[in-house]
Amino acid sequence: MWIGRIARHLGAFVVTTLIAGLLGATLVRFGPGFEADEQQLDPRLDAQSIQALRDSHSQERNLLSFYAHFLGRMATGDLGVSRSLARPVRELLAERAKVTMRLLGAGLAGGWILGLALAATAVMWRAPLVEMTAAAASSFFLCVPTAVIALFLFFTNGPVRFAIALLIFPKVFRYARNLLAEAYTQPHVLTARARGLSEARVFLWHVAPWTAPQLLALAGVSLGVAFGAAIPIEVLCDFPGIGQLAWKAALARDLPVLVSLTIVIAAITQLTNSASDVAIALCQRGRR
Amino acid sequence: MNRARNIAIGVLATVFGLSLLANFLAPAPYATQFRDFISAPASHRFWLGTDELGRDRWSRLLYGTRISLLLAPAAALLSTVMAVLIGGVAGYLGGWWDRVVLRVIDIFLSIPWLFLFLIVRALLPLNTSPLISIILTFLLMGLLGWASSARIIRAGAQSMRNSDLVLHARACGCRGGRLLLVHIVPNLKPVVLAQFWFAIPTFILGEASLGLIGLGVGEPLPSWGNLLRELANPQAALSHPWMLAPLAVLVVVMSCFQLLLSPKEFAA
Repeated sequence: MWIGRIARHLGAFVVTTLIAGLLGATLVRFGPGFEADEQQLDPRLDAQSIQALRDSHSQERNLLSFYAHFLGRMATGDLGVSRSLARPVRELLAERAKVTMRLLGAGLAGGWILGLALAATAVMWRAPLVEMTAAAASSFFLCVPTAVIALFLFFTNGPVRFAIALLIFPKVFRYARNLLAEAYTQPHVLTARARGLSEARVFLWHVAPWTAPQLLALAGVSLGVAFGAAIPIEVLCDFPGIGQLAWKAALARDLPVLVSLTIVIAAITQLTNSASDVAIALCQRGRR
Repeated sequence: MNRARNIAIGVLATVFGLSLLANFLAPAPYATQFRDFISAPASHRFWLGTDELGRDRWSRLLYGTRISLLLAPAAALLSTVMAVLIGGVAGYLGGWWDRVVLRVIDIFLSIPWLFLFLIVRALLPLNTSPLISIILTFLLMGLLGWASSARIIRAGAQSMRNSDLVLHARACGCRGGRLLLVHIVPNLKPVVLAQFWFAIPTFILGEASLGLIGLGVGEPLPSWGNLLRELANPQAALSHPWMLAPLAVLVVVMSCFQLLLSPKEFAA
């Protein structure tokens, strides 16, 4: 039974990832400016050179054949060569993934720690000042584009990674505060407190397991949110990461890079969501 | 809470009204360049100074606010209509249609929205006119931003399908389109409206983020996105605080949208 479920999950994962890649390729291929290239506007180029530039897209005109060839090569670990940067895509991804992972890792960890700590403080110790301050801060950070926060941190020599944390913290704080407030009204938590259990024990044994599944579901979603914010941050603050690569590739209409990025990003997002699904299932099993 | 909501509605109405009257209130058209007053500080003539091309910032802010506040709700409406059509019908019909739609939603949600939009927006022809760019920017937002709303509306329609109300209507012989339009859609109204109100600030922030990296509304047309581009040099903005006016307006408007949504809708 377990093998069947895993196989079904894996099948859905592979199909969704491949279709997401095809979707990315289709959007690029049928974009009205697909064959346009900034180089074509160079007044020094003659008609033959411009035609040669147009012909360089010839292999990419037939979408299905391009995608089939791409998948065939991908199976052997070859993601093609970037047209704009003239380097193997695999090499570019490996190089830039480290920068983005550091940015996202620090941002997500910071946002989650800050959000959970403030929510727990506000609910467990009924601290109205903490709650009001955190609520006001979370409202403010929900209203400002993360890239603007990153720019200010960048020019004041502050930690730019914290901009991602300031995007994640309001979402985590609001959700966790509501969830914890609800958890503390549950009959089993009230009983535990009435029996005189310490606050720490009530939290660790009765509240945390009750709230964990919902928080894990939010954790699965927060990676996608953080990556979306990382694109303008990397572009504006000149971080050589995946977001900046996506921006450069999109401007240069670099199909191999865009398709590879779409597949990698779709796969990572789904893996994160699957991991959070598994963790939720384990939590619920443990609770039963 | 009602008082805060009323204040938010008042502020939004004022900002929206001012932007609609931009033609009368703006001292100059948004694209007019005062070559003798390049990067001028705030003064009686130029309330918010001029930009590096000598354009009056106050006029551009008024016109830009109009563009962002008119088109973000339009994009939100488009995405919500798509979400109702796709998610609502999937939840109502169930079966293979529901499974296919759910898979399509999964595919859209597996790619961050801004990344998807970046690809499509960057692929517009190089000679796209500013007016076309503005329409396409918000049209694409509406067309690509429906998936998360569709998932929520689908769940709502699915629970409605099995509700006593719908079972009763079925037992009375109500079927198909009539059942959907008369009994299910009106009961989904709170969910649909919440999704619509949530989508507006999301699209406003989305356009602002794209404008910051040069992929939003095309110049010389102003929008909050390309007005915020001046903040790419925050040191200049800190020494000339009037450059922060677009950010201040954005924060005020976004706060008002947050206040319009009840805590219950936020919790959902």
